[in-house]
Amino acid sequence: MTYREAIRSTLVEEMDRDPTVLLLGEDIGIYGGTFRITEGLLSRYGPRRVVDTPISELGFIGAAIGMAMLGLRPVVEVMTWNFSLPAADQILQNAAKVRYFTGGQVRAPLVIRGPNGAGVQLSAQHSQSLESFYGHFPGLKVVAPATPADAKGLLRAAIRGEDPVIFLEHAALYGIKGEVPDGDYTVPFGRAAVVRPGRHVTVVSYSRMLHLALSAAQRLSGEGIECEVIDLRSLRPLDMETVAASVRRTHRAVVVQEQWRLYGAAAEISAQIYERCFDDLDAPVERVTGEDVPAPYARNLELRAFPDEEKIVEAVRRVIA
Amino acid sequence: MAEVIMPKMGDAMVTGKILAWRKKHGERVTKGEPLLEIETDKVNVEVEAEQSGVLHILAREGEVVPVGQVIAYINGPETAAPPPPAETESAGAPPVGPEGKPVPHPEEAERIKASPLARRLASQHGIDLTKIRGTGPGGRIVERDVQAYLAQLRPAEAPPRPAPAPEAEYEDLALPRMRQAIARTVVQSKQTIPHFYVTAEADLSRALELRKQLEEALGEEGRITVNDLVLKATALALRKHPELRSQIVDERTLRRFHRIHLGIMVATPDGLVAPVLRDADRLSLLQLAREARRLIEGARNKRLRQEEYTGAVFSISNLGMYEVTSFVAIIPPQQAGILAVGRAQERPVVREGRVEVRPVVSLTVSADHRITDGVGAAEFLMEVKRLLENPILLLMA
Repeated sequence: MTYREAIRSTLVEEMDRDPTVLLLGEDIGIYGGTFRITEGLLSRYGPRRVVDTPISELGFIGAAIGMAMLGLRPVVEVMTWNFSLPAADQILQNAAKVRYFTGGQVRAPLVIRGPNGAGVQLSAQHSQSLESFYGHFPGLKVVAPATPADAKGLLRAAIRGEDPVIFLEHAALYGIKGEVPDGDYTVPFGRAAVVRPGRHVTVVSYSRMLHLALSAAQRLSGEGIECEVIDLRSLRPLDMETVAASVRRTHRAVVVQEQWRLYGAAAEISAQIYERCFDDLDAPVERVTGEDVPAPYARNLELRAFPDEEKIVEAVRRVIA
Repeated sequence: MAEVIMPKMGDAMVTGKILAWRKKHGERVTKGEPLLEIETDKVNVEVEAEQSGVLHILAREGEVVPVGQVIAYINGPETAAPPPPAETESAGAPPVGPEGKPVPHPEEAERIKASPLARRLASQHGIDLTKIRGTGPGGRIVERDVQAYLAQLRPAEAPPRPAPAPEAEYEDLALPRMRQAIARTVVQSKQTIPHFYVTAEADLSRALELRKQLEEALGEEGRITVNDLVLKATALALRKHPELRSQIVDERTLRRFHRIHLGIMVATPDGLVAPVLRDADRLSLLQLAREARRLIEGARNKRLRQEEYTGAVFSISNLGMYEVTSFVAIIPPQQAGILAVGRAQERPVVREGRVEVRPVVSLTVSADHRITDGVGAAEFLMEVKRLLENPILLLMA
C-alpha cells in the first residue's frame, strides 16, 4: 500500500466508523485534493462531510476548531503546511489552549494534515518545514510519519484522540510503498521506532529524512560502520527514552532534519541527548540539516540546500573519527 | 599572553615528543630564543619563542603531545611571574576556598580534552588521563584510547607466569618511532591506493657514455650518477604526462600539480626517508646532480629541515647499489606514482637480430589506478626510456 493510500483509506475507515468525522479543505471535494488524497470522497460522503472551502485558511481552520469544540471531529487538509501560516493564530491561540483555559471542560479534537517540507522546485515559500514551529507550543501534538504503516496508525490515533494534532505528511513520500498491518491498529504518539539496529552510532530522524538515513546506514554498513537508525514518528510528545537508550549503547549520535539548523528539531533532540547521556558520549552530537537559506528554486541549488545521503555519511564518519 | 603549541612539521606529523625544555618554568624568555627541542617522526627540531615574557610550562619533558596542543604559555612582559609549578600542587592537598570548596585551577589550559565517556571509564578504573594519548579529533581522548591503555596495563596486572621458559620462543620489542611512522604510511598507501605496475628495460649505453664524457670534460664537477639521469628523465616525462603528477582529493576531484617536485627514497640506519628535489624539470643536469647529492647526504646525516621532506608529487626509489634486477615500490601517500630503479647490469640484448651485451636497467612504475591506467603508465614509462636512451635530450631541456 502506498503512503497516499494509507492516508486515504484511514480517512474512509474513520468516516465510516464515526459519523462525526468530516473533512474540510481547499479543492478536496470536486477536484479530489491537490495530492489526490481525498479523491472520490465527495461523491461517497456528500458535501456536508467533505467540504470544499474558500481560499481562507484563517476562516476554515477557525471554523474547524469551533466544530471540534462542539463535538465534531474535523480533519482539515492544508494544501501544504506553508498555507497554515495565515491560520497560525487560530491554531496556536485557540486550538492549542482551549483545553487548558477551560480546565478540560472544552476540547478541540481536530486533525490538520498536509505535506510539510520540500518538494521538487516549489521554491522558498512552499518548501518549509514547520515541525519545530508547531512543536514549540504546549497543547498541540505533532507527528510526522515516514512509512505507510505509521501514516495509517498515527492518523487513526490522531482522529480518535482528544487534542489538536499537527499531522505532517511529506510530498516526496506519497508514492512510496510499504507493508501495512491488517486490522484496526493505532500507533501511539510519543513512541519512536528503532528501524535498523546497529552498535556504532545512533542516527535519529523522521519523515523523509528517515529514508536518507537508512540508505546512508546501508552504505556505511559496507565499511563496517553499523548505524542504529531511529524513526521518531512523533515530535511532540517526543520519545527521548528510546533515543537515550540507544545512545547509551552506541555512545555517538547524529540527528538528521530537513529543516533549517538554527532552532530546529535536531537542536532540541541534541540538547536532550546531552542532558540525558552526557557521560555516555564519546563524541559531540552531529546535526545534519538544511542550509540556512530560503529554499532555492533552481534544482541544482535546491539539491544542495537539503540533506542528502552523502551529508549523513560524512556526519557519521565525523562522530566515528 | 601567547600560547606555545606543538607545531606541525610536515603533513604526516600527528604527535611530537618534548625532548628538552631549554628554559625553565617561570623564567623570562626573549622573542627568538630557543624554548624547547621536540622530536618528530623524522627529525629533532628546536622551537623558538614567538614573544617575550615569562614562560609557563604545561607539558613535561618526555611527553608525547598531539599537534596543535598548547604546551606552554608566554605571559605578556607586564605580567607578574605565574604561580609556582604544578609539582608542588600535586604533592599537597588542593587549595581550598573560603567555603571549603576546592579552588578551580587558574589555568584552563591544563584541562585535558577527553570525551565524557572516556572520562567516566578512566575514573572507574582509577586511571590518570594525563597518561593517555588522545587519538580523537584534535587529540581528544576517546573511549578507544582508554580501552587501549587498559589493555596495555593488563599484562602487568596479570598474575606472574609460572616459570620462565628456558629458551624464549620470541621477544616483543618496542617499534621505534620512525618505524611506526613508516608502518602507518605504507599501510595507508597500500589500503587506499589501488596500485598497478608496469615494467620496462632501458639501454644505458649512451647514458653511460655521456656520463663518461662529462666527467672527462669537467672532472669532479661533471660527476653525475645513473640516478641523476633517471631523476632528470622522470621529471621531463612528468611534464608530458600530467596525470602522473596528480592526486585524488575526493571522489569528485583530481588535483593536478604544476611544479615537479620529486621524492628521492633514501635509506638511513633508522629507516626510509624521502627528501624532495624541487622543480626537478627546471634544473640543468649538473644542477640537479648537485642538489640531489646534497639532499641524499643531508638526509643520511639528518641535516635537512622538515620542509625539505614535503611536497613531492612523484617519487624515485633506487636499489641499484645492490644486485637487484627489479622490484616494485609502494606509492607514497598523496602521490600518483613511484619509479623503482634496479641495478644497471650488462645483459645480452638482441639488436637487429644479433645478440649484444649492453648495460640495461629495469624500471618499474607503480601507479594509482584511480588516476591513470595501463596505457597511461606505459606511455609515461616509454618516455622515461626514450629520454634515457637518448640522453642528449636530457641536456637540451
